[in-house]
Amino acid sequence: MGSDDDVLDWLEAEAVHILRETVVGVERPVMLFSGGKDSAVMLHLARKAFAPAPPPFPLLHVDTMWKFDEMYAFRDAAAAGLDLIVHRNPEAQAAGINPFDHGASVHTDLWKTQGLKQALDAGRFDAAFGGARRDEEKSRAKERVVSVRTAAHGWDPKAQRPELWSLYNTRLSDGQTLRVFPLSNWTELDVWRYVQREGIALPSLYLAADRPVVERDGALILAHPRLPLRPGESPTVRRVRFRTLGCWPLTGAVDSQADTLDAVVAEVAAATASERQGRAIDHDPAASMERKKREGYF
Amino acid sequence: MAAPIRLIACGSVDDGKSTLIGRLLHDAGAVPADQLAALGPDPDLSLLVDGLSAEREQGITIDVAYRFFELAGRRVILADAPGHEQYTRNMATAASTADVAVVLVDARKGVLTQTRRHTRILALMGVRRVLLAVNKMDQVGWSHQTFDAVAADYRAFASTLGLDDVTAVPVSALTGAGVLRRDPALSWYEGPTLSQWLVQTPAPAMADGPFRLPVQTVIRHGEHRGFAGRVAQGAIGPGDPVRVLPSGAKALVSAVSGPTPDAHAGQSVSITLDRPLDVSRGDWLISSEYPPDVADQFEAHLVWMSDQPLLPGRVHDLKIGTTTVPARVMEIKHRVDPNSGEALAARTLGLNEIGLITLSLDAPVPFEPYADNRDLGGFILIDRMSSATAGAGMIRFALRRATNIRPQPLSVSRAERAARKGQTPLVLWFTGLSGAGKSTIANLVELRLMEHGLHSTLLDGDNIRGGLNRDLGFTDADRVENIRRVAEVARLMTDAGLIVLVSFISPFRAEREMARALMEPGEFLEIHIDAPLALVEARDVKGLYARARAGRLANFTGIDSPYEAPEAPDLRIDAAALTPEQAADRILDLILNRPG
Repeated sequence: MGSDDDVLDWLEAEAVHILRETVVGVERPVMLFSGGKDSAVMLHLARKAFAPAPPPFPLLHVDTMWKFDEMYAFRDAAAAGLDLIVHRNPEAQAAGINPFDHGASVHTDLWKTQGLKQALDAGRFDAAFGGARRDEEKSRAKERVVSVRTAAHGWDPKAQRPELWSLYNTRLSDGQTLRVFPLSNWTELDVWRYVQREGIALPSLYLAADRPVVERDGALILAHPRLPLRPGESPTVRRVRFRTLGCWPLTGAVDSQADTLDAVVAEVAAATASERQGRAIDHDPAASMERKKREGYF
Repeated sequence: MAAPIRLIACGSVDDGKSTLIGRLLHDAGAVPADQLAALGPDPDLSLLVDGLSAEREQGITIDVAYRFFELAGRRVILADAPGHEQYTRNMATAASTADVAVVLVDARKGVLTQTRRHTRILALMGVRRVLLAVNKMDQVGWSHQTFDAVAADYRAFASTLGLDDVTAVPVSALTGAGVLRRDPALSWYEGPTLSQWLVQTPAPAMADGPFRLPVQTVIRHGEHRGFAGRVAQGAIGPGDPVRVLPSGAKALVSAVSGPTPDAHAGQSVSITLDRPLDVSRGDWLISSEYPPDVADQFEAHLVWMSDQPLLPGRVHDLKIGTTTVPARVMEIKHRVDPNSGEALAARTLGLNEIGLITLSLDAPVPFEPYADNRDLGGFILIDRMSSATAGAGMIRFALRRATNIRPQPLSVSRAERAARKGQTPLVLWFTGLSGAGKSTIANLVELRLMEHGLHSTLLDGDNIRGGLNRDLGFTDADRVENIRRVAEVARLMTDAGLIVLVSFISPFRAEREMARALMEPGEFLEIHIDAPLALVEARDVKGLYARARAGRLANFTGIDSPYEAPEAPDLRIDAAALTPEQAADRILDLILNRPG
């Protein structure tokens, strides 16, 4: 796997460069940290970039109250010793917003998009690191590494700064903030190979296990105690794993036998379906991600 | 390290560019089954690369998209640059990181103006390995003769730009012939397929040459001092001697923290030295031999990327490597027409225009010519108001070595000169529309300063334009230079210890900010003589508004040239509500009561 390692070396060098350049260029950076594989890789890179000092910024988790139970425990363990900010949108909390009664769009907008904006404003953060990758989705392919947002956190694809060579422009005017994506040029498979090579800990939800699920709208949803069953639905135990971890009611599992990292790498390398196929929020109206980004979603 | 192959694809939708990229992704196995299935049976592969809804509405590509695939175990990062004329800046952006380019032509049409424009931009941006994909071969009966004619035509053109590593390949993006697979219809063609050519791309040559590390940041942790950055060239290891630029201090490398015990080009590392040295962001660590030049004036090519035209003399932030310094374009030697390559006279550069310029920086920086190292010779210009990336430049050479001009230390200090006059130097900068009362008020203020026994002078716009600035007109570019000169003069006079009253329309915020930045902190007060246009036009003391309205006076501020009012002046005088005497009183209060 010599050449794969070379690509990982290059990707790592680029990501470390981006992390350092942003930290030097802005006043108050923050790193989004959900406990998913991309943010775990990003945190690992941040530790490398500033070693032997700890990463010079806090971690921020925009919680939706509907993350997988294991992610909360994993998040706290992974962030131990670092400054972790957990934000829950108080309005969404007061209104009891949830994916079942209010739908994926409203749930995502209030908990994630609005919650993120609140947390960034409250912390007066002028740059937020996110683990998004260009291979995830069409509008991500056009995203800059250093992406400027308006004072209202909106993304204007036509007003993005040209990004030449490795010269990132982190200067800000008029309430602008930055979203910075150190993993822009990584693929899902790169992330898994890197996790394997560096021995990065992840929630076991990424590995195949026998789990109770219900099949709903073509997706395998975890039969969580909080999941209201529809008439005719009854959980069945299947050997599944998760390719992405969002809110559990909105994240479909995939049938899989990959219960080790080696097996996951092999499975992802051979996969023919896209990574976000199980994510309900991407299957909203056309150009869904682009619209969400314009509204301030990561 | 074997970096990914970075590829730019140039051409228009009409040439079949989207289809070719879709074909590459599809045949390389980079298209997920669910995305392919969404296109239905007999898929149109061009739809795989269609992007934002804003683009679909307009049927164009507005931005650079980056896509990844693997060929024979090598990672390819493809920058999909749009082919439309108005998006030169996006193509330059995509080309800036590309090692190789695929230029697409339609076999039926051959080399077009657009093909030449794209190729010029590639050459300008330093992409030296080019594949000419002669597409739609199926539409010309797979004609060997047609292919040869197009290829010869292109080669002849490319060699005039110094592009000699050109390979022409016949393809049909529609059928996939010549892309990843050979096709019997092209049995006469013996060269590489597009994918074979890509995979044969040699690694970038940045590993060669003496060691260069622009320092990004200093990592402090207890006693630890790590000088962190990405190695731009060469290699270094523990025990090797290094020098710091610009200080010239020498040390030995103690340790390299990075993926390997030695630091190699392309790696992000952190280096510790064997002795404590003062090193900060923007400095370079270099190998002891072959130091690079350090300079503060350059000749460079510049691609302009802002809606606001480039005005020579205006201050921008220049970012090169890990250094950011104020800089101004001194002169536009000419504009380059990317279609014809012609050099055209120009006083400004508009969006998507390319120029050959000279540039002056406020501080000397180490550099390598762009042709030798793109990371050490490429720079961006940042608008200091909007923070937008306004331009991208490529250094050709230094105009002079900064080491030849050193500030001469003076025996009498500015503080001593001011103390002799018993005052603190100050610039009072009066800005406002023509006829607002700037000169009247400034004259009253100076009379009162005289009464207080203070030493002053008054620089008045009309007077200076009759002497020092009589070579300047009223275009935006000349207005910028007008203010630059008067600000420098005001600065010299504060060095002499004077209170300087500057009465200039000074319509642009950027130049007033430049003037403020030129002075010592606290020695600049911006006074906005604020009169509504209707009022000054009704007064029209000099009859200028009437002439401007009649079209007999061009570029007149407030009529056909903009006035950018100060957002937070130190004092705003409402010229409609106050008499000149009352205004002068207020200004005197401000001067006499200021701290210090």
